[in-house]
Amino acid sequence: MSIATPSPDLDDDDLDEPIPAMQQLLDNPFLLLFIGVAMPTVLYIIWGVMEIVGIPIAK
Amino acid sequence: MAINRNFRTCPTTGLVFHEQGEKLIRWNAVAGVVSLLVGGVLALLVILTRWPAVHLLPADWFYLALTAHGLDMLVFWIIFFEIAVLYFCASTLLRCRIAAPRWAWTGFFLMVIGALTNNVAVFRGDSSVMFTSYAPMGAHPAFYLGLILFAVGALIGLFVFLGTLVVAKSEKTYIGSLPLVTFGAVTACIIAVFTIASGAIILIPTFLWSLGLVNSIDSLMYKTVWWAFGHSSQQINVAAHVSIWYLIAAIVFGAKPMSEKVSRGAFLLYIFFLQLASAHHLLADPGLTSNWKIFNTSYAMYLAVLASMVHGLTVPGAIEVAQRQKGYNKGLFEWLRKAPWGNPVFSGMFISLIGFGFLGGISGVMMGTEQLNLIIHNTIYVPGHFHATVVVGTTLAFMSLTYFLIPVLFRRELMFPGLSKWQPYLFGLGMSGFAVFMMGAGTLGVPRRHWDMTFAGNPLGHEFPGAAYLMMGLMALSGLVAIVGGVAYLLITVGSVFFGKKIETPDFKAVTVREGRAAWPARQPVAVAIASHGNIGLGGFVAPGTFTLAMVFLVAFVLYYFVNWKYLSTVWPLS
Ligand code: HEM
Ligand SMILES: [Cu+2]
Repeated sequence: MSIATPSPDLDDDDLDEPIPAMQQLLDNPFLLLFIGVAMPTVLYIIWGVMEIVGIPIAK
Repeated sequence: MAINRNFRTCPTTGLVFHEQGEKLIRWNAVAGVVSLLVGGVLALLVILTRWPAVHLLPADWFYLALTAHGLDMLVFWIIFFEIAVLYFCASTLLRCRIAAPRWAWTGFFLMVIGALTNNVAVFRGDSSVMFTSYAPMGAHPAFYLGLILFAVGALIGLFVFLGTLVVAKSEKTYIGSLPLVTFGAVTACIIAVFTIASGAIILIPTFLWSLGLVNSIDSLMYKTVWWAFGHSSQQINVAAHVSIWYLIAAIVFGAKPMSEKVSRGAFLLYIFFLQLASAHHLLADPGLTSNWKIFNTSYAMYLAVLASMVHGLTVPGAIEVAQRQKGYNKGLFEWLRKAPWGNPVFSGMFISLIGFGFLGGISGVMMGTEQLNLIIHNTIYVPGHFHATVVVGTTLAFMSLTYFLIPVLFRRELMFPGLSKWQPYLFGLGMSGFAVFMMGAGTLGVPRRHWDMTFAGNPLGHEFPGAAYLMMGLMALSGLVAIVGGVAYLLITVGSVFFGKKIETPDFKAVTVREGRAAWPARQPVAVAIASHGNIGLGGFVAPGTFTLAMVFLVAFVLYYFVNWKYLSTVWPLS
């Protein structure tokens, strides 16, 4: 147990169970930040910009 | 420099405010409300011009007012308030000091300077380029510079938010996972980082172009990247107002989330997919393939829509469960009938939820379908849709949160309590009518951003049916009702914050908290409800009333969707 018990509404049981992978993802804001920026950058911006760049220029 | 660790505990709710955090929340909220005031005056001018019977402003003033209205509302009001909400979710809900308050103030001042600069540029009259400022239509350099400064300021705010999460974790002000509401704020923050980065990618070159340092800006490139900013910023709003729904359900009812897994999963879907829907703004543009369009709007967007429907189900569901536990157990809807409809914190939030889902959500899915989009592209249907999402949904949710914050954060009694009971109805129902009539007029082809739908004196005119004029008139009347509601909100909040009766707490003192050591006083009910975790489970119909509501929603959704396909077939007769 940690020195502080700031949340009286949580009991010790909550701390003993192993933490599931999904929860570890959800508990990691910086990993989420990375995914949340990378997904739209690749699928929307980069893909979209590549299509625009590929449009032939009128002669 | 010594770190400020002064906190106060709100005697009525048990919420804990950090001295610096509290000031920052207040000032950001106040700056937001000032922007809302300016944007609201402009709304009145715009609506009186689009009302064919009045047609108030001359054309140049109309486009100026419309540009400023869009920016002051959708960028400045919303984002100032959102920064306040983020600080609240990180500092107050985690009982943690704000990380780097000096940076937070720097960000705030940049935002203020940026908003002022941009407004000055617009009101000078040479930057009436609309909120979207599509290149090659050019504005004064100060227009772009203002937006860039504002964005940098907001970005600093986002990193202060993330920094506060780090401090909270290392100083152990909470244990385990973040509370759901804070997790929602993290979602908003992540989307905001992408939003601002996209804004920078496109606005910085455009700024240089306005100075003559860059030769040209490709218009399709501009549109594509700009909408990564323009659309994603709406998704910050969605994540923020959904978090506020959960927050208010906890405040008013002590409701705990029905299933945290499901709610968090839904926020995760937002993080993955919500921003991709930006592509729905380019559905009518040539140059991008249907692969790109359909992947980003349909496949990805439906997953994000699914997430919104989950929130739309679990928030009222959580309220229903809490109400049933209090004994309002009769029939399907006693829990809803006996809800505190006279409390603007609740009524505003509930109208926001219903309006966002039924009006904004359904119309959004319709518009986001590539084929159907053509029926309403660039008609006044589009502002009809987004006034349902961003005004009934986001703005009204922010308004209802304000009623909670005035006594708790500003320590003032609410002025005009009688008026405040009516305010959410005036604003929410007025705005809902406004949005519906706009959609009606748009379906009949009335264009958006158009000064004169009669085309008087134009060689190439168009005769709209009488019904279109009727719709525009009704739109204006309901818009005026909403404006009365908006004035009421400003009167109540500004009045209370500056002149409201001070709430004195006799033994008040700010308490210094040592890193991770101090035992907090037991939390009072409100604070516990917001920050605690719950799992009642989704199975076995714990919330039959909400389930019924969801079925009504589904039927409305399906019917409306198919009606529009039918309508599309009459627009382009194939036989
Ligand atoms: C009582 C409140 C309001 C009224 C009566 C109102 C009215 C209007 C009207 C009549 C238009 C013009 C539509 C057109 O001609 O294309 C408009 C545009 C717009 N409004 Fe509002 N509005 C209100 C509040 C808000 C709020 C709170 C927001 C944002 C949070 C907002 C965001 C916008 C935006 C972004 C536009 C589009 C500007 C553009 O096309 O560039 N409005 N509004
Ligand atoms: Cu959009």
